[in-house]
Amino acid sequence: MKLFNLFRSGGTAPVARERLQILLAHERSARSEPDLLAVLREEILAVIGRHVAFEPDKVQIKLDRGKSVSTLAVDIEIPNGSRVGGIAPQYSRLTLDGGASSMNKQVA
Amino acid sequence: MSERTSARVVVVTSGKGGVGKTTSTAAIGAALARLGDKVVVVDFDVGLRNLDLVLGAERRVVFDLINVINGVAKLPQALIRDKRLENLYLLPASQTRDKDALTEAGVGKVIGELREKFDWIVCDSPAGIERGATLAMRHADTAIIVTNPEVSSVRDSDRIIGLLDAKTEKAERGECIDKHLLITRYHPWRAARGEMLSIDDVLEILSVPLLGIIPESEEVLRASNLGSPVTINAALSAPARAYFDATRRLKGEQIAMEIPSESRGLFTKLFGRKAA
Repeated sequence: MKLFNLFRSGGTAPVARERLQILLAHERSARSEPDLLAVLREEILAVIGRHVAFEPDKVQIKLDRGKSVSTLAVDIEIPNGSRVGGIAPQYSRLTLDGGASSMNKQVA
Repeated sequence: MSERTSARVVVVTSGKGGVGKTTSTAAIGAALARLGDKVVVVDFDVGLRNLDLVLGAERRVVFDLINVINGVAKLPQALIRDKRLENLYLLPASQTRDKDALTEAGVGKVIGELREKFDWIVCDSPAGIERGATLAMRHADTAIIVTNPEVSSVRDSDRIIGLLDAKTEKAERGECIDKHLLITRYHPWRAARGEMLSIDDVLEILSVPLLGIIPESEEVLRASNLGSPVTINAALSAPARAYFDATRRLKGEQIAMEIPSESRGLFTKLFGRKAA
């Protein structure tokens, strides 16, 4: 086994190093911006909750952090005829997608 | 003993478990005592204490840190003096499961009392980032971050560095806590073959000054088995020499960093043991 390893070119340390550098860059920026996702979730839901009633566990919020662009996807299931006030919703599912441009400044 | 300067509180921490915090606390504590300073090592791992075992004092524990905090025992009653080094003392952790017994005010008071009696107060942090770990670092002047050259350990160390810079008393006063990196379980031949993160990789990623490099060695395991820190049990072995050098650097001496090198024969290179 060991004998075989000798002939294998290059180690895996450079991969480890690169993965760590990328991961820690993200984690360090997230540290100064404490739990961005939780803050966004709370505020977005508060705004939507003012107009329509929905079940909190039928909400999915996803933040994908890429190297240069990050995307925010919000997916909320709304029962039909569940308006709180104002206009009745014409839709059963509200999807907000691609908050990327406004997100970049904060997470990139 | 040299004349008493102000005491230094050191936390030995890592985030990740199993990287060698307790072993390093014992080895550095014993090395400081052998160099003539008066030292207490304090176990903060409530419920999972092990510093007593590594120091061979497990059968002498009567009172512990939480007993002192609760006023059940006086500090001198809980301190256990080492049988080999008269300058070395242990303040054990409690085996009770009640971690809440560790209060910030209580820990602060005990550390304050220890500062009057000792040159060095070396706090062995539990793994994780919960109460025990944050209280262990809370009053520290200096932190030793124990890291293995391995991805999960380096990541957790980075997290701990963030906590040291934010949650310690020193950080909250706007001062910078003194941080040192201790790389343990280093395999020179693995690093040489690019199978393990190199010292330079770890230093570049964490940007904390290096205190020492402890090579992986059976002497460390042997020392734990016997309940005698490697700096007492095998003082001339490679890991013990590395711990003594690290200890001298901690005391402010300038000592050239020696990167452990490969000293294995061809046979072990080809058919080397699997490391634990």
